[in-house]
Amino acid sequence: MTHESLWAIFINASLINNFVLAYFLGICPFLGVSGKMATASKMGGAVTFVMLISSVCAYALHSLLVAIGAVYLQLISYIVVIASAVQLVEMFIKKVSPTLFRALGIFLPLITTNCAILGLALFQTNKGYGLLQSVVYALGAGAGFTLALILMAGLRERLEYAETPNVVKGTVLTLLIAGILSLAFMGFAGLGSN
Amino acid sequence: MSNPISQGQNNKGFWSALAQSQSTNEFLKGLWKENPVFVQVLGMCPTLAVTNSARNGLAMGLATTFVLLMSNTLVSLLRKVIPRQVRIASYILIIATFVTLVDYAIQAISMELSKALGAFISLIVVNCVILGRAEAFASKNTVGRSIMDALGMGFGFVMALLALGSVRELLGYGSIFGLLVFPPVYQEWVIMILPAGGFFTLALWLFVFNWYKTHKKAL
Repeated sequence: MTHESLWAIFINASLINNFVLAYFLGICPFLGVSGKMATASKMGGAVTFVMLISSVCAYALHSLLVAIGAVYLQLISYIVVIASAVQLVEMFIKKVSPTLFRALGIFLPLITTNCAILGLALFQTNKGYGLLQSVVYALGAGAGFTLALILMAGLRERLEYAETPNVVKGTVLTLLIAGILSLAFMGFAGLGSN
Repeated sequence: MSNPISQGQNNKGFWSALAQSQSTNEFLKGLWKENPVFVQVLGMCPTLAVTNSARNGLAMGLATTFVLLMSNTLVSLLRKVIPRQVRIASYILIIATFVTLVDYAIQAISMELSKALGAFISLIVVNCVILGRAEAFASKNTVGRSIMDALGMGFGFVMALLALGSVRELLGYGSIFGLLVFPPVYQEWVIMILPAGGFFTLALWLFVFNWYKTHKKAL
């Protein structure tokens, strides 16, 4: 187990090593759902929630797998747990807020194949975080993901009315903005040691 | 369909004759017409993350191709056995099994490569290209066609990763596959190795593709 302070873990996951802009995790929803500010923030919330659940589950699962000596089942068991967690969240949102359920649409079940979530579970295992550290790590990663998504949505809403050449419209423009955002986030590198 | 990549006049007859057969068609569409990265814009995460050198890009592409080939074959074989309601879960289990295999195989072959690719080998599980092909193609087609489809899509993916990796390595280190291309006085563009360089290089390639598509008639 490592002795990183909880605050350092949070800052590290949300700003310095932002999951989207530094690790390239969760690029699909980042490019797909960042068109409108309102949807972007809700998506960020849903992903953060699933991250929290799967982080706790992954911690418990890893302890169990080590205990019975079957670490090679790690990947398979993680993905099954994440898929069930997403299913649970989907049912929960459908019951509590049908409007939000409709707004998120197809992107809700697609959280399962969001690599940020599986990536989080694998990274926390590799780093050897304890339970509390894992939860904070998940919170930080979720916050970072939401922040990147909201920033991107804001920029894209502004650029909607700008005059851009036809060739760069769509994905090319989005990728260029993402590149510049990624450069800007490198400024946080001085905040802590890797 | 004639292959747009072939340029020579002599090749044209050969290619169009080859393209008559259907399985060749399944293969070629992944390479060019429906290239997973440049046309469908799928599987972005590994595409951007591991292409800081041509070698890493190639290794990642080949690993993905292997998983894609095996999962497409198995899904196609089992397409009449798997019930519709649990099909996605079954596909993910099949994919995860082969990814675990590849992960341990790469660790056995080269620890250095395994470290360079890091968690991204495990993350092949959530590569949308693989699940996408299982759902859109292999679950509806025969084994033979699914294998051709997987090979086409896989090599299309390898091609895209190589294209990105070569440009980034060339500008960032002045080399390709570790071989120095530019003289040592060359000032490296460090930004190309950094995450931002990945976004910019992919934007550049997509720009080239878009430009080619809109100006094809004028050329």
